[in-house]
Amino acid sequence: MTKLRYERPVIKALNTGVTNKFGAQQGFIPHTHIDGVAVKDLIAEHGSPLFVISEKTLRDTYRKAKSAFSTRYPNVQFAWSYKTNYMNAVCNVFHQEGSWGEVVSRFEYEKALRNGVPGDKIIFNGPDKTTDDHRVAIANGSPIHIDHLDELYSLIELSDEMDKRPRVAIRINMDTGIQPMWDRFGFNYENGQAWDAINKIMHSKKLDLIGLHCHIGTYMLAAQAYGVAASKMADLALNIKKKFGHSIHYLDLGGGFASKNTLKGAYLSGSDVAPTFADYAEHISTALLNAGFEPDELPLLILETGRAMVDDAGYLLGSVLANKRLSDGRRATILDFGVNLMFTSFWYEHTISPAQECSQYAEDAVLYGPLCMNIDVIRENVKLPPLNKGDQVVVHRVGAYNMTQWMQFIALRPRIVMVDLDSKVHLVRDSEDLDYMMHLERVPEHLKSFEL
Amino acid sequence: MRLKKSIAISENGFVFNAARGDSFSTNPIGLFILEMIKAGKDTKVVQQEVTNKYAIDDSTAERDIHDFVKMLKQYDLLD
Ligand SMILES: Cc1ncc(COP(=O)(O)O)c(C=O)c1O
Repeated sequence: MTKLRYERPVIKALNTGVTNKFGAQQGFIPHTHIDGVAVKDLIAEHGSPLFVISEKTLRDTYRKAKSAFSTRYPNVQFAWSYKTNYMNAVCNVFHQEGSWGEVVSRFEYEKALRNGVPGDKIIFNGPDKTTDDHRVAIANGSPIHIDHLDELYSLIELSDEMDKRPRVAIRINMDTGIQPMWDRFGFNYENGQAWDAINKIMHSKKLDLIGLHCHIGTYMLAAQAYGVAASKMADLALNIKKKFGHSIHYLDLGGGFASKNTLKGAYLSGSDVAPTFADYAEHISTALLNAGFEPDELPLLILETGRAMVDDAGYLLGSVLANKRLSDGRRATILDFGVNLMFTSFWYEHTISPAQECSQYAEDAVLYGPLCMNIDVIRENVKLPPLNKGDQVVVHRVGAYNMTQWMQFIALRPRIVMVDLDSKVHLVRDSEDLDYMMHLERVPEHLKSFEL
Repeated sequence: MRLKKSIAISENGFVFNAARGDSFSTNPIGLFILEMIKAGKDTKVVQQEVTNKYAIDDSTAERDIHDFVKMLKQYDLLD
């Protein structure tokens, strides 16, 4: 007689009519495959934990975003925000689709160059640019987005020294009705700082002001805030034209579109509240088309969409290390990945599915990572079918920020694979090993030996 | 180890304690174990039956049954 598949016995009190902090009961659909490849095969081949990227989802998402904008506005360009996920394989999918690069450090800048992005299609953002970074960016004709006055003066000096006209934009911060207002980057619109910077650039005659940039926040649930931002940017561009007779080539609205992840403590799930690309596109293009540009002077619209472009395409696979019961009766499940690999678990309640057949009997549980640290909590309250030691799980929507903000802390970082359009699996980043970690370390001669 | 007399178990895993008005749900294996406890079987026998019927090793079964029984006590279902 073949035995039945085992599942831990569980019993759970029923509180009819009360929704509790574990959320409404949902069915559990095991997530056994990613783009046609079995989760258990992926783990058998590449180990656990393992990041998996779906090339198909990357391309589908890009095309959805592109078409939402280009059906509403004639002139649209995406620039891939490297910090969101700078695995070269991911960047190159977006570059193949037509994205430029958007970087915020010399490291990211060099990565984009090495990937083959032409210098004039790498947007250099952020407050962290040295004089040498500026020199390289000027020589390559990269659009430099100026963050502060010190940077502006430094560029004017360099233009003399190099006898070149740096191509620049200024970053604008503004009130779009959203709290908190991000005013630490760039020049403020409402208090006149923005005009101050524009006047300095135009009067210097040394810099080529090709664009205006803003990035009003991240995970923005209010699509109308982008309409406000687009109007204010358009207003600046039109007044620059009026005052100096100078046309602004592009308006860069930055990133910030919400992905479908659910924020911690949110009452409704992210997939219910996040606006679609079409919602954002509608507000932005309506504002630009109604702003009063001559039809042949409509600026190029640049978007640096990060998380909404890549979150869905990333999965983290892992395994159950152990189960235990907490003093208040809750079940605690310990997984082989923690906040070291899932930085975003500090702000999202990630969806987690079992990767094998499971029952519909859910248990209230806490999910812990393997780190010997109290902060290592993946989900504080989750309803999951009972998981046994060795069972596998799939964490959804981890494509944004995890593969760049992950920490080499306590454990080595695991492999990343990409599943291509034909369900072929490619290693895109190998796991770290001790040699890799020791490569950068030096032990002073007198500390090389000891006796115990 | 005895189940309280006031407890009714239905075949779809619904458990009701008439004495307190509490209701619970359990999964098929939990139901299987509850039925055995109700029939007066002791933990050793319960464990034996579980490993006969399900693909699971002795030590995991012992641990999980122990944990399950603790939950039954916490919910005040045992005498
Ligand atoms: C200048 C800039 N552009 C784009 C992005 C991408 O943002 P998001 O992932 O919210 O779309 C960021 C992220 O902080 C940013 O700082």
